[in-house]
Amino acid sequence: MISTGDFSRFLETFAARIHDAKEELTQLDSAIGDADHGINMDRGMTAIMELLPSLRDGDAGTLFKQTGMKLISTVGGASGPLYGTFFLRLGTAFGTATEIGPTELAAGFRAGLGGVIARGKAGLDDKTMVDAMDPAVAALEAGIGDLPAALDAAAVAAAVGRDRVTPLVARKGRASYLGERSAGHQDPGATSTTILFESLRDALRAG
Amino acid sequence: MKKLINTPEREVDEALAGMAAAHPDLIRVEEPNIIVRKDAPRPGKVGIISGGGSGHEPMHGGFVGLGMLDAACPGAVFTSPVPEQMLAATKAVDGGAGVLHIVKNYTGDIMNFEIAAELAQAEGIEVAAVVIADDVAVKDSLYTAGRRGVGGTVLAEKIVGAAAEAGADLKTVTALCQKVQDNVRSMGMALTSCTVPAAGKPTFDISDAEMEIGVGIHGEPGRRREALRPADEIVEMLVTPILEEGIFASGDRVLAFVNGMGGTPLIELYVAYRKVNEILTERGITIARNLVGSYITSLEMAGLSITLLKLDDELLRFWDAPVKTPALRWGV
Repeated sequence: MISTGDFSRFLETFAARIHDAKEELTQLDSAIGDADHGINMDRGMTAIMELLPSLRDGDAGTLFKQTGMKLISTVGGASGPLYGTFFLRLGTAFGTATEIGPTELAAGFRAGLGGVIARGKAGLDDKTMVDAMDPAVAALEAGIGDLPAALDAAAVAAAVGRDRVTPLVARKGRASYLGERSAGHQDPGATSTTILFESLRDALRAG
Repeated sequence: MKKLINTPEREVDEALAGMAAAHPDLIRVEEPNIIVRKDAPRPGKVGIISGGGSGHEPMHGGFVGLGMLDAACPGAVFTSPVPEQMLAATKAVDGGAGVLHIVKNYTGDIMNFEIAAELAQAEGIEVAAVVIADDVAVKDSLYTAGRRGVGGTVLAEKIVGAAAEAGADLKTVTALCQKVQDNVRSMGMALTSCTVPAAGKPTFDISDAEMEIGVGIHGEPGRRREALRPADEIVEMLVTPILEEGIFASGDRVLAFVNGMGGTPLIELYVAYRKVNEILTERGITIARNLVGSYITSLEMAGLSITLLKLDDELLRFWDAPVKTPALRWGV
């Protein structure tokens, strides 16, 4: 079972890795977007770090709902509403539970993915964070019998999804304005989503 | 990076404090970082708000005041504002007649304004939104996020603001804003990059011998990179795709807006305006009104954009109506 403390560690890990990847994400976004993804995500996750002490002893639903609200109010851009909606739906799915099993974990991530798609209206192959998140959630669902293996499979699936769409032409978000010129560039949103699933794997493994 | 700032983190806040200090007769700055017309809310008047990333000054904050915007929501540099700003602005300007959101077509702006509109409606405020998407450099298709909102936004804010000032209701100002959108087209180009302060490096590399045709207002790459040409040829490259849209015909009256991107001197904008006038005159199109200057910028980027709006008597009347804002003033 996964506790709210475990999930707090996941958010801490995600915040630290986003901070470390700030330059890389901004660099990727300069090539096909507007050069703010790393800066914005780092600002949002820094705000989450300030929030965590008041949330880590509560339930998992509140932890993620508050995380979502805070990201929406601090990040801006498209990533604020998208990651914000993801965590809001995850929190809603977890409700007041303080211990989450693998089945509920996968269902929560499926709900989060649904929120991202509803808000951003992107589908597979549009070259967005959905291309990393969709296969990762599917891997999580497929492996619920063995959680550590499923978490690893999800992180790997996210990275494969991220790399799979690099040659494609972006069809959503600011990168789509480039048309053919977006082909060959790694997507910043799919990159931060891969970091999310790697953080989940590493934080829960450490627990 | 060489910039006249204290720290990147404080730039937007300090600029807002400076605006509040410079224009206390027109605006007030409130938490969470919104610029509000000094006398808002005005009972019975439709509120007009807009917003977007900072770095495009004077848009949008410089257009808050009589006859234009009731509030503006500046985000971080080149980053959409957050929903709590638009919600606070909507509440601050709601005089009971509803509020129109003028939104530039960027994925982040659309999502953040949508969330704010849902929250405002939940609090009982009537909200309508019009998306400005006038950049012909971008293909409008199912396979992109659609055209970017650029120079047409400035003209929409002026015209719609005048209608709201004259007492038009929410339905009427919304339809008018859509009419501006349907009749306005723009295209821009860049000679140099801009540098986002928090990034510290130019957004794109471009040599002294090159230019970017079709650039966006965030230094997004455009249609193509090519060798630098004389001003007249550059103006041709921008005006031709606008005229190919099928909106403008011989005998039409237009408003021609030649806009500097932030790093281009006015003398060069007039060189360009001269050529715009020449091309349109040849085509039998009359420039009935014009706007020449830097009104929707991309930090310190050198370059310009050209916007044409087809005018009728209604648009002309609202364009000519009095306006008194930090950046645009006439007739008052």
